[in-house]
Amino acid sequence: MTLDYQIDGPENEELTKPSQGGPLGADMERRDGRDKVTGSACYAAEYRPKGLLHGVLKRAPGTGAVRLSNAEDVGTIPGVRLVLQDERMIRNAAQGTAGEAPVQGVSKAEYVGQPVALVVAENFETAWHAANRLQISCEGASLPVLPENGEVDDDMQEEAITGEPATAFSDAEVFVDETYTTPALTSAPMEPHAAVAEWHGDRLTLHGSLQMLRYNRLELADSLGIEPEKVRLRAPFVGGGFGSKLGISADCVAAALAARELGQPVRVVQHRRQVFEVNTRRSETRQRIRLAAGRDGRLTGLGHEARVSNLPGEEFSEPVLQGSYFAYAAPNRLLRSDLVRLNRPAAGSVRAPGEAVGVTVFEVAMDELAGKCGIDPVKLRLRNLPEAEPGSDRPFSSHRLADCLTKGRDSFGWDDRPAEPRQRREGEWWIGTGMAAAVRVNMVMPAEARVRLTPEGRAVVETDMTDIGTGTYSILGQIAAEGLGLAVDDVDVCLGDTDLPAGSGSGGSFGAASTGTAVWLACEEIRREIAGRMGCDAQELTLSDGHAACGNDRRSLPEVLAGEPLSGRGKLEPGEALEKVRQATWGAVFSEVAVNDVTGEVRVRRLQGTFAVGRVLNQRTARSQAQGGMTWGLGLALTEGMAHDRRDGHIVNRDLAEYHVPVNADVPHLDVHLLEDLDPWAGPLAAKGIGELGICGSGSAILNAIHHACGVRIRDLPATPDRILSGLT
Amino acid sequence: MQTTLTVNGTRHQLDLDPRVTLLDALREHIGLTGAKKGCDHGQCGACTVIADGRRINACLTLAVMHADAEIVTVEGLAEGKTLSAMQQAFLDHDGMQCGYCTPGQLCSATAMLEEARAGRASHVTEDLEGTTRLTRDEITERMSGNLCRCACYSGIVAAIEKVAAE
Repeated sequence: MTLDYQIDGPENEELTKPSQGGPLGADMERRDGRDKVTGSACYAAEYRPKGLLHGVLKRAPGTGAVRLSNAEDVGTIPGVRLVLQDERMIRNAAQGTAGEAPVQGVSKAEYVGQPVALVVAENFETAWHAANRLQISCEGASLPVLPENGEVDDDMQEEAITGEPATAFSDAEVFVDETYTTPALTSAPMEPHAAVAEWHGDRLTLHGSLQMLRYNRLELADSLGIEPEKVRLRAPFVGGGFGSKLGISADCVAAALAARELGQPVRVVQHRRQVFEVNTRRSETRQRIRLAAGRDGRLTGLGHEARVSNLPGEEFSEPVLQGSYFAYAAPNRLLRSDLVRLNRPAAGSVRAPGEAVGVTVFEVAMDELAGKCGIDPVKLRLRNLPEAEPGSDRPFSSHRLADCLTKGRDSFGWDDRPAEPRQRREGEWWIGTGMAAAVRVNMVMPAEARVRLTPEGRAVVETDMTDIGTGTYSILGQIAAEGLGLAVDDVDVCLGDTDLPAGSGSGGSFGAASTGTAVWLACEEIRREIAGRMGCDAQELTLSDGHAACGNDRRSLPEVLAGEPLSGRGKLEPGEALEKVRQATWGAVFSEVAVNDVTGEVRVRRLQGTFAVGRVLNQRTARSQAQGGMTWGLGLALTEGMAHDRRDGHIVNRDLAEYHVPVNADVPHLDVHLLEDLDPWAGPLAAKGIGELGICGSGSAILNAIHHACGVRIRDLPATPDRILSGLT
Repeated sequence: MQTTLTVNGTRHQLDLDPRVTLLDALREHIGLTGAKKGCDHGQCGACTVIADGRRINACLTLAVMHADAEIVTVEGLAEGKTLSAMQQAFLDHDGMQCGYCTPGQLCSATAMLEEARAGRASHVTEDLEGTTRLTRDEITERMSGNLCRCACYSGIVAAIEKVAAE
């Protein structure tokens, strides 16, 4: 029994709605938390099948034809079992939802750091030693690695023009025309990508660190040249992903090939420095923003032009403009994005692809406009909110940006601030406040889930969906408990196994709402069956405290089930809602910073986010997701950036000492306010995404606060002390 | 070479390649995978364990150097099924998301409280003579060797503040 459903509009009355005050939405302990605090949660590299061998990937030191000059010698090191150079090995991780092999081949390196060989040995120490002994050389003409030298790929251009932007720009009473840059960024999940591959005959089981198993299975099978049915992936615990584990990574294919050849299970764990190089990074961007406005701050025209990069053969282009299509009203609009082909490590999705850098920069430009108009930055934004999506005139499914802005402003105490910068000083510190709006598109993805009710009346939720720290175990348990009238402790949740129905996977903030809705549909299917047995409609049925009730007829679930299990399956497909309305999540971020006049150091003193993200499924895990996003915004504004060598494009700072993710002392207490926003276009749960929204405004709130504090406008991110100092007078 | 390691009160007789780090000895040879390998060169803190009461990065030290030490890993923090106060506080304040840095955070926080009680100063300690008061600044400074990319720092600090106040 499968209940198929697609979200075509706000009408879904045939489906049961969640109650108020039930397990859904409650502030509940993370379901998998106990496993995590006791160390019993088992991540990919921690599976140890009998006879496990250890593989270490080896990188290309240059580009061009790859030659291993001493592979035979290395193969004779005691304990070494294999030096593998196989054309099925992949050049870089697959893009999210690719569902097919990424570019393959190791005889030619197309970027410095490309994995080109695998050394397998009986223990890790020997494999590491042997990999270090292996000599690799590359020969070839130099390749373009600087954005100014790369060729624009015409097939990847994106352009949307409405009205007459050129006229709006030239006739503007107030005009902002600035260019901003953001550096390449990396996901840097704490768990390095890892795979343990084991073959049973022609069937492969791979424990991986992956976000989207339904697609990963297809990618791995295609890379190996086998049928997807022969591949089983398991990933019950994933130590963070942030986009870098959307697609299969080099370790998966290399481990599977080596295990096949050696007839023994093989583990390959990426070294931290490889995590930076062989997966996907967020492209660096150059963005020109033009804002034309009247003296009252009302926008008459806006322009957002971006240039990003990627490796040849990759179909991903950082969607920088995504938020600019709908954030603000302006009759005349110019949106354009170009991609240049560079032989740097591949670019792909990193948390909030597009808006993370696009909205961040646009919101800095809006602050510049507010300054030029002499209008309060909150009022400027409120003045420019669109009634419907500009350009398409599609209505918004729900629009809560004004609420976020005003509620955030009031709880932050924004109105106390002086309008002009450089007004508040404490010793050698300049103090200022800044704000920004946050917008992020909302997406729904196909998802399936099964819920089994045992004869004793316990429920088991089953899907290949992953929990990458997002709280999936918790919220799917809460959804099933809500749907079946059970206590959450009476629900078990099984995730991360391709033997289970294919969930949406984790990515793009769509996991909770997409797979959660599939679980809800599965529960609905069970409700219908129970209602049939009770002789009533599903709408008349009440399930609570492990009992089913129709009118005066109330029976325990074991009584209804009569010794037999009952299962329901839910299947969600994105429907016409995606076309009919613009669906998004909304937020406002306010910040207070201190800038040191002597050293240029920035300390974030306060960071407050107000977010409308659809139904909140678990207050506690939702808050953590929002805080995570906000911290990423802080890193984007102040500390993070990959440095590419100007000669060969390699990532210079490819470890956690040199690439600075925010540490505990960088981050103040993060104040999160979640506004209830039951989006009628978001299906029966009315839930949307939360994991990425926080990053979309936080960086600009901090950058704008820096300007307010000390008068320095940072347009080349991040705002490191040297850049601040060079602006301080 | 032959060596012994005492981990969570249990003595293990091991035959180890001298290149094996303490972290790999725990994970690969003893089967305690709670301590995590996040960077394998002392930059992230995911491998933090407690050796003779002091928190150390288990990836930066060789197993054979710890034959006489008492090692405590995350698996040794609870008493049977009863979680330590720090573990419980991490649950209560959601001081974790993906959980990969959590064992290191817990060992680090547990040992850090003892360091502060023993009066050991940090970079932000203002009064080197008096007793150390674990202000928010002290906690965040002392915990900055443990990276959390999910960025659960608010929850982690709240959890430590709760335990420190007990």
